[in-house]
Amino acid sequence: MSLLEVTDLSLTYASDGVVVEALRDVSLTVEAGEVVGIVGESGSGKSTLAAVLNGLLPDNARITKGAVRIEGTDLLTLPEAGRRRLRGPGVAMVLQDPMQAFNPVLTIGRQLVDFQHHLKDLSRADKAARAEAMLAEVGISDPAACLRRFPHELSGGMRQRAAIAAALLLTPRLLVADEPTTALDVTMEAQILHLLRRLRTDHAGAIVIITHHLGVVGEICDRVHVMYGGQIVEEGPVDDIHHAPAHPYTQALIACDPAAIPGRAARLPTIPGRPPPLRRPVPKGCAFAPRCPAALPQCRTEAPPRVVLGPRRSALCHRVSP
Amino acid sequence: MTAVLGARDVAIDLPLPGGFLARRQLNILSGITLSVDKGETLALVGESGSGKTTLARAMIGLLPVSAGVLEFRGQPLSDPACRRRLRTEAAMLFQDARGSLSPRVSVGNAVIEPLAIHRRPRDRATAGRMLAKVGLAPEMAARFPHELSGGQARRVSVARALALDPALLVADEPTAGLDVSVQGEILNLLADLRRDLGLALVLISHNLAMVRHVSDRIAVLYLGRLVETGPTDQVLARPAHPYTQGLIAAEPNPDPRKRRDHPAITGEIPSLIARPRGCGFASRCPFAQDRCRAETPTLRPLAPGREAACHFAETMTSQPIRETIP
Ligand SMILES: Nc1ncnc2c1ncn2[C@@H]1O[C@H](COP(=O)(O)OP(=O)(O)OP(=O)(O)O)[C@@H](O)[C@H]1O
Ligand SMILES: Nc1ncnc2c1ncn2[C@@H]1O[C@H](COP(=O)(O)OP(=O)(O)OP(=O)(O)O)[C@@H](O)[C@H]1O
Ligand SMILES: [Mg+2]
Ligand SMILES: [Mg+2]
Repeated sequence: MSLLEVTDLSLTYASDGVVVEALRDVSLTVEAGEVVGIVGESGSGKSTLAAVLNGLLPDNARITKGAVRIEGTDLLTLPEAGRRRLRGPGVAMVLQDPMQAFNPVLTIGRQLVDFQHHLKDLSRADKAARAEAMLAEVGISDPAACLRRFPHELSGGMRQRAAIAAALLLTPRLLVADEPTTALDVTMEAQILHLLRRLRTDHAGAIVIITHHLGVVGEICDRVHVMYGGQIVEEGPVDDIHHAPAHPYTQALIACDPAAIPGRAARLPTIPGRPPPLRRPVPKGCAFAPRCPAALPQCRTEAPPRVVLGPRRSALCHRVSP
Repeated sequence: MTAVLGARDVAIDLPLPGGFLARRQLNILSGITLSVDKGETLALVGESGSGKTTLARAMIGLLPVSAGVLEFRGQPLSDPACRRRLRTEAAMLFQDARGSLSPRVSVGNAVIEPLAIHRRPRDRATAGRMLAKVGLAPEMAARFPHELSGGQARRVSVARALALDPALLVADEPTAGLDVSVQGEILNLLADLRRDLGLALVLISHNLAMVRHVSDRIAVLYLGRLVETGPTDQVLARPAHPYTQGLIAAEPNPDPRKRRDHPAITGEIPSLIARPRGCGFASRCPFAQDRCRAETPTLRPLAPGREAACHFAETMTSQPIRETIP
């Protein structure tokens, strides 16, 4: 049984009479001890997928199809109480916007203690000590002082590390981290990534990491899912995705990485064209076809097939052959 | 030519948080001397908590300096008339893009709001045109901030900051949370504005690859002090400060075959409240000697346009960096 199994998940947002298809038939599995990266276009549904896993969807979201199983238990059919029980020891989340993780009027210390409510055997003092130790683990130098501060009194990167500490305090089976290191300098980012790797081996917990930084993917992920227009357009082991990307979107994405371009470029490469329309009715053809340099006529009219390229390796494309 | 923005020996203190100590001031930055010319991009890099955002806020007049002078086109920011000018001629992109947008103002109104406040001409199509510049569809105008993805919110804040054609833009992590293609679009847009309108840009970023492509000069901060400044290409090719060297070596590699087993730099960043004696970087520096823990290095010239604050800067630049960028 997989730790996490998402099958054919589809989700819409209703806003002002418009229906946005934010996730379309998304499937992925995560095994215990694995680090899975989710990369892709801005607005392609990565944070939405994370919100489903964590049960934090806004009111205007509606799951129209699919199942999300954590160790076999379907999250979506579970009553609220059962879902809450899964949070904490089950799933913990590092949000893209660390300001959202904390209540602005309470100190960091108070909140880190409250987050540990599932640890019924520990006193508040024990929990405060755990919190302080965890802040030190994520590289905060004066953790005792940090506990006394309010969220707005921390720099962006300190807030981000406090949010990571908050999630790790739950010792979750599955950690979902949405852009966890964007506010950190690369030396601190490297320290955090190594910490996550170590925790993964210690607890056999799995990590799903959402990032735009392909360097982070290269450093820590075992497998990668690439999203475009609400779909997973390619999945595979990190080495294959980096060295032999199959989907034209993945290829274009890797080519745009400024880290891969030597010297000083006068202009940075971009993928020409616009993001795909997600409002219903979504066109039938491939979402990437209008921007794809290799598009065939059928790409614009027929939905692309999911071509299996190997075990846990596939691409959603008319042009790819197995 | 006077610089668009100049900082001379600037220091900034912030109130120390908490309890009865609330009135005490904590020194965040000091000895900051920098300038940005018309059409120039200065990259400000540094570890988390080193004071980049604090400096950025002071640069556009949102925070007073505690010592030294900040000037906009030769006028001190302490002058109210200069601060009034800044309000239309300078803009800031905030690190927290979504938080900088009011939750109840639609995207369309948010981007034209600066025009409305300053009574500039605008019509129904203006918002759509401004959104198109940052790669957003016109129908996004009806959305509210909470209905945007992280990257979409970031793009809206860019469109808003550029509404008044500023002469100076202070951009705090303008591309964090954007996919690399959109990131390229935003940076190319800023490059066009530099070329066509002479925009002076202060770019705060953790992304060295990006800094390498878009900035002319680089200033590296550590614990609220400048540790290195110079032309970007020279600093990245031959860093003079071990922290700069560490940044370059720690840059994560997208190729999983080049994955490293140990982080290049380890250890804790000292706290500002208990600033260490000697060099602030000594606690994490692989080359630290006794002298570094006793004597604070000052920022000193190394070559024309280059400065560094390390006792061993000359040795540093003569060594090859351990892991080079492509
Ligand atoms: N509450 C909402 N109401 C309506 N539309 C929404 C809402 N939240 C997100 N969306 C839309 O759903 C799509 C997916 O958003 P999501 O935040 O999941 O993207 P993302 O992949 O995380 O992007 P980014 O990399 O920019 O953070 C986007 O087009 C976004 O505009
Ligand atoms: N409102 C405040 N009150 C007191 N201290 C503050 C306040 N805002 C920031 N600080 C402190 O000032 C220092 C510098 O913060 P700043 O936000 O400028 O750092 P930064 O370089 O932008 O970091 P990051 O890369 O993490 O965003 C930090 O130690 C922070 O805790
Ligand atoms: Mg997101
Ligand atoms: Mg900051």
